[in-house]
Amino acid sequence: MNSFDPRINRVKLPALEEFKPLEPLQEWETYEVFHQKKRGDQHIHVGIVHAPDNDTALMFAKESFGRRRQTANLWVVKSRDVVPTDYDDQDIFETTPEKTYREASDYYCMDRIRKYQQEHGIVDRKELRRKEKEKASKK
Amino acid sequence: MYGNALIEKNKNGKNILEGEDPVKLAEFETRIDRGEKIEPKDWMPKEYRRQLIRMIEQHAHSEIIGALPEGTWITRAPGFRRKLGLMAKVQDEIGHGQLLYSAAETLGKSREEMLNDLITGKSKYSNVFNYPAVTWADTAIIAWLIDAGAIINQVANSKGSYGPYCRALDRICAEESFHLKYGHDNVVYLATGTPQQREMVQEALNRWWKPIMHFHGPPDKASQHTEILMRWKVKMATNDDMRQKFLDEYVPKVWDLGLIIPDPKLHKNETAGKWEYTEPDWEEFKRVINGDGPCNKERLGVRRMAQEKGRWVREALLKPNLKYSIPLA
Repeated sequence: MNSFDPRINRVKLPALEEFKPLEPLQEWETYEVFHQKKRGDQHIHVGIVHAPDNDTALMFAKESFGRRRQTANLWVVKSRDVVPTDYDDQDIFETTPEKTYREASDYYCMDRIRKYQQEHGIVDRKELRRKEKEKASKK
Repeated sequence: MYGNALIEKNKNGKNILEGEDPVKLAEFETRIDRGEKIEPKDWMPKEYRRQLIRMIEQHAHSEIIGALPEGTWITRAPGFRRKLGLMAKVQDEIGHGQLLYSAAETLGKSREEMLNDLITGKSKYSNVFNYPAVTWADTAIIAWLIDAGAIINQVANSKGSYGPYCRALDRICAEESFHLKYGHDNVVYLATGTPQQREMVQEALNRWWKPIMHFHGPPDKASQHTEILMRWKVKMATNDDMRQKFLDEYVPKVWDLGLIIPDPKLHKNETAGKWEYTEPDWEEFKRVINGDGPCNKERLGVRRMAQEKGRWVREALLKPNLKYSIPLA
């Protein structure tokens, strides 16, 4: 072979007939990789690696997903050990249509407080402070 | 880096939707119309799965083989910084291959099968890598203009409908931006250098213009098949549209450097808003992709050697309790 790469000219490249195909499992098994950018962040699923064991999986995960980006921590877990829900069972996430009782914004009680203050002659703290500020600025 | 999504014509002129459940097909298409992504375990038409496996697998092979013409120059890079840059780029390309093989695997083809099909020539890779990088300037042109073409293709595909492929592409595009800048820097350095350096980069451009014009693939024939694949967001733009986009963005940048593009017909028809050019030799494209290019044998030979030399490591690491499972996402 006449290559522009001198190294290739020095070796004998195996012919197709000499090539033994890969058999199943020669690329081992799959691990899901979770990446944490910096301390305090969540770990986020970023992809997978193929590896024969946990330590090698971490090493490959470091090469594939920690090579460029800032990385504080990595997790790997065998794909077969992850228990997912099924997209076909999307309806399990549907509950009552009205769920505002779960939202902070649905709890609003200032109207009741104001009404009570007026009825009982209680001066509102914020109102008091505002008036004091006004006075101070006039001086 | 990768170019054209080579869409395989349906065999025997059969209707590609034959045997599909019409209700499930309608649900599937509605989901895509809504802009939702398809995930690995979702129902999908057989043709959708088949074309995506082909496309993503070819893309992965292109990354692995694409590292070879540039990798050749690592030992001969002019200067330490350029050597570091080139090593990082080549390492990225291999990493992209890994990400893409994983995405293709979620559709049910094992990595071992894909690697075997690369070596036997059953699956293809981007045609441009069957050409040699004759001088250092060739690596500069590859890193700049071939990667530029690839980015245009990959950005389009990252808006496609298959979740795992889109996620892999998002990550890949972010890294490719360094390759593009690195390549541009190298071309600019040569183009603004000594007369000898200018000549070297001009010659590299002359050599690579044809593969660059081949890069996005032959014009798509208008067919129902192409139409369906575009509706399913497997194919995101026609090959000609991608080529136009590439010319629009990069021809002016090449001209900025006073370099001459070796096509006297090349110009933008301002009224039509389109570039006109000499149609590249598509017969040569076909011939090269089917094995008869200047470097096909070398590329696959090197790949076989790498795999053979790694065999004992693979086998030493085999464990009796390994159990393969398809990646989740």
